[in-house]
Amino acid sequence: MSLQLILFILFGTISAISSVLMITRTNALISALFLILNFAGLSGLYLTLNAQFIAVTQVIVYAGAIMVLFLFVIMLLKPEHEKYFSHQPKLKIFAFFIAFIVFIQLVFMIFVSHPSQGNNANVAASVKAGTIEEIGKQLYTNYVLPFEAAGYLLLAATIGAIVLAKKKFE
Amino acid sequence: MVQLIYLTTLLPLLGFLFNGLFGSKIKNEKIIGIIGSSTIGISFLIVVGAFFQTLSMPVDQRQTIVNLFTWIKVGNLDVNVSYQVDQLSLLMGLIVTGVGFIIHVYSIGYMHGDKGFGRFFAYLNLFIFAMMNLVLGSNFLLLFLGWEGVGLCSYLLIGFWYDRKFEKSTTSDAAKKAFIVNRIGDFGFLLGIFLIYLTFGSLNFNDVFARAASLNIPQYVFNFIALFLFIGAMGKSAQIPLYIWLPDAMAGPTPVSALIHAATMVTAGVYMVARCSIIYASAPAIMEFVAIIGALTAIFAASIALVQNDIKKVLAYSTVSQLGYMFLALGVGAFSAALFHVMTHAFFKALLFLGAGSVIHGMHDEQNIQNYGGLKKYMPKTYVTFLIASLAIAGIPPLSGFFSKDEILWSSYADGNIIYWLIGVVTALLTAFYMFRLVSLTFDGKERFGHDKHPHESPAVMTIPLIILAVLAAVGGFIGIPEIFSGEHGNQFDNWLEPIFQPAQAKIAMFGVHSSLEEIVLMVVTLVGVIGSIYAARYIYIKNIKPAEKLSKRFNGVYNLLLNKYYVDEIYDASVVTPIVKGSEIVLWKFADIKIIDGLINGVANLIEKISGSIRKIQTGVAQFYALIMMLGIVAALFWIILSL
Amino acid sequence: MNIPIEYYLILSGFMFLVGVAGVLTRRNAIIVFMSIELMLNSANLSLVTFSSYMGNSTGQLFVFFVMTVAAAEAAVGLAIILAMFRNKLTLNIDDINILKW
Repeated sequence: MSLQLILFILFGTISAISSVLMITRTNALISALFLILNFAGLSGLYLTLNAQFIAVTQVIVYAGAIMVLFLFVIMLLKPEHEKYFSHQPKLKIFAFFIAFIVFIQLVFMIFVSHPSQGNNANVAASVKAGTIEEIGKQLYTNYVLPFEAAGYLLLAATIGAIVLAKKKFE
Repeated sequence: MVQLIYLTTLLPLLGFLFNGLFGSKIKNEKIIGIIGSSTIGISFLIVVGAFFQTLSMPVDQRQTIVNLFTWIKVGNLDVNVSYQVDQLSLLMGLIVTGVGFIIHVYSIGYMHGDKGFGRFFAYLNLFIFAMMNLVLGSNFLLLFLGWEGVGLCSYLLIGFWYDRKFEKSTTSDAAKKAFIVNRIGDFGFLLGIFLIYLTFGSLNFNDVFARAASLNIPQYVFNFIALFLFIGAMGKSAQIPLYIWLPDAMAGPTPVSALIHAATMVTAGVYMVARCSIIYASAPAIMEFVAIIGALTAIFAASIALVQNDIKKVLAYSTVSQLGYMFLALGVGAFSAALFHVMTHAFFKALLFLGAGSVIHGMHDEQNIQNYGGLKKYMPKTYVTFLIASLAIAGIPPLSGFFSKDEILWSSYADGNIIYWLIGVVTALLTAFYMFRLVSLTFDGKERFGHDKHPHESPAVMTIPLIILAVLAAVGGFIGIPEIFSGEHGNQFDNWLEPIFQPAQAKIAMFGVHSSLEEIVLMVVTLVGVIGSIYAARYIYIKNIKPAEKLSKRFNGVYNLLLNKYYVDEIYDASVVTPIVKGSEIVLWKFADIKIIDGLINGVANLIEKISGSIRKIQTGVAQFYALIMMLGIVAALFWIILSL
Repeated sequence: MNIPIEYYLILSGFMFLVGVAGVLTRRNAIIVFMSIELMLNSANLSLVTFSSYMGNSTGQLFVFFVMTVAAAEAAVGLAIILAMFRNKLTLNIDDINILKW
């Protein structure tokens, strides 16, 4: 058993279980905390994939910034616990069923198409692809335009969020 | 000056815009009146300048085309906004702007204190704009633009006092009547233009007339074009059977009646037929038709005018009758005689209307001549000018009407058909009679108005235009002295217009015989009759009313027939208006519209409502339900992908 | 790279469908929103996996942009939830069903 496999099993399990727990908790606050755990697990998975930059960003942006925002809103609104998890039981069951079917389909497709076959996993290239240097170089050369656009998007979102949350609709 | 001719349409348009946009804001009548009149005055000066410039040119170069811009260019159709300055359009332009200017000035006094003062001048300026486009346009489309424009202005001005009653209905009804009857004529005119474009492939006067003279085109095509154009002229120039709108058009202010419904707009039909003289010359059957309609209209309207009691109604029927004269002249091929009469008629009929307006003004809106009498001592200037105009229209030498009427009568005689001449002479006698009935009842005899009326002379701004027009009506005829009196120079007026009508005259080949003795004999016969008719009228209506009363009692039926205008309005009502109204109501409205069209639309709407009523339940409004449906779609899409792997 | 790529992809698919199930079944608007974040992250995992296994950084750049968009989305989405809560005094999306007729 290689280290990568051990780490994958560890972080994969954390992610999978925390995601299931996240959608099954009645308290939104607990759900949010499980989502943070899930993001932490994902961050670990990124490390096993040699994606250092993304792993760090995942922790900083997602677990740090976005989820703090979520927690703020949850604390602010103090939503009541969901008393009735299965309001329309048949519909819920149908929804789970659909989700399951799609999962089966995806797994089937993954095994049928054998994505690992054509992969001569080159560790050196993989490590190089995940470095901050490589990503930064790409970001300021080939992807400079989307990068700028993303900046404007964030600006617009900031303004939009302020306008929406600031005052009551009249 | 010729190149500046576009100013004669531009200035009235600017005046219209100014008075139309700011007229209601400006309370000062002087500013409005001066702007409204000066635009026309300057236009008149430009036309005069262009006239003298053209006069100084050699005879064969007297036509100038002033091209402004391309108006429509679609496929082969290429229409420019361009003005044709030649003998005919200059003559009409002089009449329109000259008489128009005088009437504008007169209106300043007549419309004083009216709440729509600015609106009135805006409409008048718009009218001159349209009328100048009509007479100056160098193609049929521009002519049509002016044609419709003057119709619109006529409509607006007849209904100018839209809140007043007129006879049994309102002025708006009179305006609508004028508009709708004109539309019937315009429809014919439009068909004529289509046919011209189809036949000659152009709408420019020069192209069309050149091709009409040279190309080998079947006779019936000419007949149809001429007929359709004449239907347009019938509507605009109030000929039988489309004359019914003109008497009702008297609902408008009197200057409007003078300018639009006597001097200028109603002669547009004469102008148009004269302009298309070559087409008419190629369609002899329609020429004959024009002459018959003209003669019938002349005598028919004159007979109605004999017994009317509204001062403006008498003049309106007189106008219809005189227009009939003009068409008679056109029909017998005497185009320049028709235009000569257009000119003199513009002078004396405008004068008559303005004089009538002065009387109405002085009598506080009283229009019934039975309630006048003895006004000559109260309004001497109006009386003298009115008398001059009446003598002119009756055809007493040397006033203008004598020369033009005589030329028409002589032409109709020379054409070879004595019936036309007879009708013309009888009409002339009737004209003299009803005009002097009008003069006698209004200005002579006992005062028949109540003590609450205080007749007074109109202000100078109204009497000066009367005097100017009186001078014109008196001496205007001297430019067209017949050949037998003027000697070797011939008829100056005919000479001026000769290049325009030369191709048509060549085709008709008339006036071959000029028997001067015959002409003089006919002239004297007519003159004696007219003078006798005048004396009869004066005797009956000043001294002794009994013969007239006896006559009206004995021929009670005829009298009532005339008084009720041959019941033409009633006949039209019963034969055209009522069937259309009833048919529209019962068939088109209650059946076709409500049952079929509404039923179809409502049926479709009901069907859709029913279907969607059951389908809309899918739209629960719950976002998660939509997401679920989306997932079902994903399942299906993935299945499809798996199957294709 | 010692383990097959399928492991990661199946984990990614599993997380995605857990997110889907959350979106479809939960009533609390905030939890639904978090489920959407979960779905985004599972897609990110796939992208990073492929990027890493192919030795090409493009996938990771995409993840970077997805994060940017997710941040913007979270800000605006939470602002909308706030406004919605002020108007309706509830976060239950069953009660927010005016999206019809």
